[in-house]
Amino acid sequence: MTVQGDFDASTPRFLRDKYAIVGVGETTYTRGSGRTTRALGTWAVRNAMADAGIKASEIDGMLSYSNNDSTPSPLIAGDLGIRLNFYMDVYGGGSSTEALIGIAIGVIEAGMCKTVAIFRAMNGFSQVRIGGTGARAAAPISGDGLHSRVYGWGSAGQSFSQSFMRHMYDYGTTPEQLAMVKVIHSEHASNNPKAYYKQRVSVDDVLNSRFVVKPLHLLDCCVETDNATAIIVTGVERAYDYRQTPARILSVAGRCCKPRIDMHYQHGPISTVGGYYAKDILWPNAGLGPEDIDLTGAYDAFTFTTMLQLEDYGFCTKGAGGDYVSNGTMRLGGRRPNNTSGGHLCEGYTHGMNMVIENVRQLRGDVDDYCPAAPDGKREHTFDYRERGCRQVSNVGVTANLGWAMPGTGSAMVMRKG
Amino acid sequence: MALKGEHLGMPLLVDDLDLENLEYFRYCALRDFRLQSCKACGLLRYPPGTACPWCSGADFEWTAVEGKGAVHSYGEVHQAIQPAFRPHLPYLILLVDLDTQKGRPTTNEALRIVGNLVTPEGTLAPPELVLRVGIGSRVRMVFVETGEGFAIPQWTLDETVQQPAPWRYPQQ
Repeated sequence: MTVQGDFDASTPRFLRDKYAIVGVGETTYTRGSGRTTRALGTWAVRNAMADAGIKASEIDGMLSYSNNDSTPSPLIAGDLGIRLNFYMDVYGGGSSTEALIGIAIGVIEAGMCKTVAIFRAMNGFSQVRIGGTGARAAAPISGDGLHSRVYGWGSAGQSFSQSFMRHMYDYGTTPEQLAMVKVIHSEHASNNPKAYYKQRVSVDDVLNSRFVVKPLHLLDCCVETDNATAIIVTGVERAYDYRQTPARILSVAGRCCKPRIDMHYQHGPISTVGGYYAKDILWPNAGLGPEDIDLTGAYDAFTFTTMLQLEDYGFCTKGAGGDYVSNGTMRLGGRRPNNTSGGHLCEGYTHGMNMVIENVRQLRGDVDDYCPAAPDGKREHTFDYRERGCRQVSNVGVTANLGWAMPGTGSAMVMRKG
Repeated sequence: MALKGEHLGMPLLVDDLDLENLEYFRYCALRDFRLQSCKACGLLRYPPGTACPWCSGADFEWTAVEGKGAVHSYGEVHQAIQPAFRPHLPYLILLVDLDTQKGRPTTNEALRIVGNLVTPEGTLAPPELVLRVGIGSRVRMVFVETGEGFAIPQWTLDETVQQPAPWRYPQQ
């Protein structure tokens, strides 16, 4: 693996493999939770604690992220009887999960606390919709909005469309190739009892769905849902005290940016994304490269975001992403499945955390699919990936999560089986 | 002093502390497109900012720039998020490479100015005009008044030049 770039932003010799995810949990994925984000956040953290078999007294750090649409850590911690030595609630959506895992590692390493719960709680359908609809759509325009929202350029789809379109122009990428991302993720979701959309769809279903903003059809866009998700991070010296096989963290990159992140389109190529820079942190720190990865979680806010990231992290050459996402590589049973839970396109929208949760479960070899349970309660995976079947990938050793905030900013993480 | 305006019924405000945007939009109201050029390195920048993205220089002067260029990429909105845009669907959001400073300071950089496709009179383009524009289209800047001493730049097809065949998304 050739190390590109001329910077050294990391300390792989100290922190690689020293931290782990020991618990994961989520609420159901719904549209209309009927609960506050406080209740959802508490529910998800509680599920992650139960998953790990960890007591409230053993957690002393908390992190969350939101777009001012959630409940901060003190209320969740208070409800669960967790006394905090550290907490922080940051602004941000996609790409925050991996970035906050990096922060958790940092604060534990600094001796500020020992075990951190990270959550994202949102009523992304019934309260604050991600597309920016509702009251926010009619808010007065000032500041940097005078160069964006005044032109009807505000939602994620609108803001990213120029990068997506330019990729098609530069490389001949086709709508049919992109549609395959949705098709494949819908296959995966059909084997996920939790998924909001379990129905398998075809390329024609995607291409015949209405346009939201060209080049995006409705089915190129992710679902908006109400849900909370949580993960628990601690050091490896503690990680084996708990119930599950830890998912050990080999490296993280957090909110890594292109130049001119104030308006990244000023610096081209505009179909290059943050991962182009993050890869030079991610792979050297992990001591691995894309060819070593068994399973990816490439953020699918849109079909295009999966493709652009897989390209720029080096899973294929630049411009070959259309082929990569449509040639079967990403399918269950393929060389390197992507978003085996169905991701944001089908399972639910959580600003990235559900894709980390899925990879943790895959590394444990214990994904929650439709496979029957043995008498001891443990699922017996069939590796039959037909509808309403299995979605466990066999022999998962190393996974990568590729988190997306916008074309110019991304985060990423590599984990291995503990 | 703050600038107040309205565009398609949406209230606009340039705060009185937002000195860079105040100057930018006041020039626009005079049909005079100006960008900040750095006094240290001489490069122009967009959108208005508080220092130079290439050399961090703080000092600048407002420099007249020709409002002509080619469409670098676009999005074509069919579902409006902001209610103000609903009567105008579909509308184009253009990223236009200015001829000025294109390919500088590095080959992949350009002053990429955002705007909608509008008629020469400045109203959002009707569907038949939208169909004529894509990547490569030559456009010129027009200004749309949004209030007293306040206008925003927009783009219209440059009818004074031979238009190249635009690249458009393959599916209608």
